Amino acid sequence: MNETKEAVGQADQFEQAEVIQVVATPQSTARVHREHRTTIGECRVDNPRMRCTDVNVFYDDKQAINNVSLDIGENEIIAMIGPSGCGKSTFLRCLNRMNDTIDGCRVIGEILMGEENINDPRIDVVPLRASVGMVFQKPNPFPKSIWENVAFGPKIHGLYDHKSELEEIIVTSLQRAGLWDEVKDRLDQPGTGLSGGQQQRLCIARTIAVEPEVILMDEPCSALDPISTAKVEELMMELEEQFSICIVTHSMQQAARVSRRTAYFHLGDLIEVGETEQIFRNPQHQLTEDYITGRFG
Amino acid sequence: MNNTNSSSIAGNAPGKPPRSRTIERVRSGLKKRHQAERRFRLYGRVAIWLGLAFLALLFVSIVAKGYTAFEQTYIRLEIDFSADNLGLGIQRDRAALSRADYGGLVKASLRSLFPEVTSRRDKRALYALVSPGADFILRNQVLEEPNLIGITKSLWLPANDDVDMFIKGHTERTSEDSGRLKAIQHRWIDRLIAEGRIEKRFNSTFFTAGDSRDPELAGIRGAAVGSFYTLLVTVALSFPIGVAAAVYLEEFAPRNRLTDLIEVNINNLAAVPSIVFGLLGLAVFLNFFGLPRSAPLVGGLVLSLMTLPTIIIAGRAALTSVPPSIREAALGLGASRVQTVLYHVLPLAMPGMLTGTILGMARALGETAPLLMIGMVAFIVDVPSGIFDPSTVLPVQIYLWADSPERGFVEKTSAAIMVLLLFLIAMNSLAVFLRKRFERRW
Repeated sequence: MNETKEAVGQADQFEQAEVIQVVATPQSTARVHREHRTTIGECRVDNPRMRCTDVNVFYDDKQAINNVSLDIGENEIIAMIGPSGCGKSTFLRCLNRMNDTIDGCRVIGEILMGEENINDPRIDVVPLRASVGMVFQKPNPFPKSIWENVAFGPKIHGLYDHKSELEEIIVTSLQRAGLWDEVKDRLDQPGTGLSGGQQQRLCIARTIAVEPEVILMDEPCSALDPISTAKVEELMMELEEQFSICIVTHSMQQAARVSRRTAYFHLGDLIEVGETEQIFRNPQHQLTEDYITGRFG
Repeated sequence: MNNTNSSSIAGNAPGKPPRSRTIERVRSGLKKRHQAERRFRLYGRVAIWLGLAFLALLFVSIVAKGYTAFEQTYIRLEIDFSADNLGLGIQRDRAALSRADYGGLVKASLRSLFPEVTSRRDKRALYALVSPGADFILRNQVLEEPNLIGITKSLWLPANDDVDMFIKGHTERTSEDSGRLKAIQHRWIDRLIAEGRIEKRFNSTFFTAGDSRDPELAGIRGAAVGSFYTLLVTVALSFPIGVAAAVYLEEFAPRNRLTDLIEVNINNLAAVPSIVFGLLGLAVFLNFFGLPRSAPLVGGLVLSLMTLPTIIIAGRAALTSVPPSIREAALGLGASRVQTVLYHVLPLAMPGMLTGTILGMARALGETAPLLMIGMVAFIVDVPSGIFDPSTVLPVQIYLWADSPERGFVEKTSAAIMVLLLFLIAMNSLAVFLRKRFERRW
């Protein structure tokens, strides 16, 4: 919530600073519609898990995302970078309809997952969120035991028939999150009693226990120390084999380390997208270059 | 001001950096600051001590006035359960036994103790020493064991409240016949004391009986049971409704004009004087729905209406204080909103909701005005045995006794207040216990 307000505020500032062409668009009710900047680079991939086409997001009358088209490929980590308030988190939250929970937020555009447009209001968000999991910026384990934290997802979705199956799910999830050895003796202890890094890995274990196809990570390491960050990054690279991961990050080193593709957002526009190496070595757009060389942001 | 500062620095201490000047200023003001802090703390302490003093004053005055109510003066009499004295014929069935003249037993026993009393007036005064309730006590004994008939038995029977007050030292001995007791009665009492026939004993009647016009026979049980039933109805209605309303308004309802209006109205209802709810109860529950008068059911309904706003407001506050990250975590896993609320939000909000509920219940327990309107102020002797029986409640009982002219009801009033306070303490301890239990789960 906070971030979105910040996003809107910042957009205002930039609007005043830059010279922007204002054009009226008949299809949107928004008063102001900025001119869309064309994305540089290839936003499409073969066999995408998710395909977003012309996604626009409005907070009441203010536009936070402007005609973004982007594919999330199979088994890849895609990093989204950009200055604060550029809309990368907002875009991420479109992918599992978490923006629904924000009053006054409207998402327009097509987000295909398979054949389905998940942005259709008729789509039930429960199965969608079961297949597109999310890890948040601040570790937010439930104030219950470690066991119950991981068991909650499988329980509500009815993913098991016997208790032994649930146990297997929990153990493998914790193992894959690299947390098993640290917590196997205290599964009945509250998840909130773990350290920050462990909590975040518990949240990841909780997410993968549901076996989603895509995992969204909204700055998962911004509250963690470097060692925990390294662990989470290692974990992400292991998980890449099975899941598609979208990560929003403020750390360009992190994006460079873990991701296969990188998308650079600026003021609600997707400025540039491409192979991570190419983006960092040889950015095409001036804004991208300025950002990754640290000239602003 | 800046100018004078810089000039003084330049003048007094040339070359000295202005920083030391800052520290000097801070130092010079330090004393004042500390004084202010000490003063403020003192105010706080004085406030707390004053509060405690008033509380202590309240407790001391109530206990000092009321502790004697837990004792009752008894007179030992030899009762001759002969069939003649009872006026019994041949029949010995229950109906005949209930009809027998038990007052005559007490009178005969008193006459035999004081054979010199002959005049009608004096006899009346003599009989007045013993409580009129003694008849019923004897009757119950005989009904319980009919083979008492024909036996003489020594029994402790409650003294009349005037004797009781005199023995407890609440009334003075008067030389003339101006007080509640006549001079001749004082002489009899002295003789009874000398013979060891008068004793103060634990007043079990106070805890087992309902209300009575005679202080020595009046008990708190009817009101306590009435309060219990009333609160039971109140909590059974207002807690689920209040929690459901709070959850719906906070977690599901869209934010629009209508919900704003509802919220404003709930806040207003919390401030409505309770007697208004009583009038509403009278008009709706008694006159329209025809529910029984003076019943704990109606009392509970009225008090539910009164406590609902409190519970809803407290419940919403408790729900708001649950961090949104918990909701996001559950929703992000694909939980539906009901699952999110039931598994995560509601358990976290429960301690706060319980506190609100108990506070509302405590207020309901002490409420008198709305219950007056629905007839719970009636004089009811029987202990209620269900939510449909006519009954009264503790605060109303206190009000009734405080209003009674007999001296004996003064201590009963204070004793009833003590029982009410005990009820409150018990409820608050329950609240603390429940909160601890719910919090311990994580």
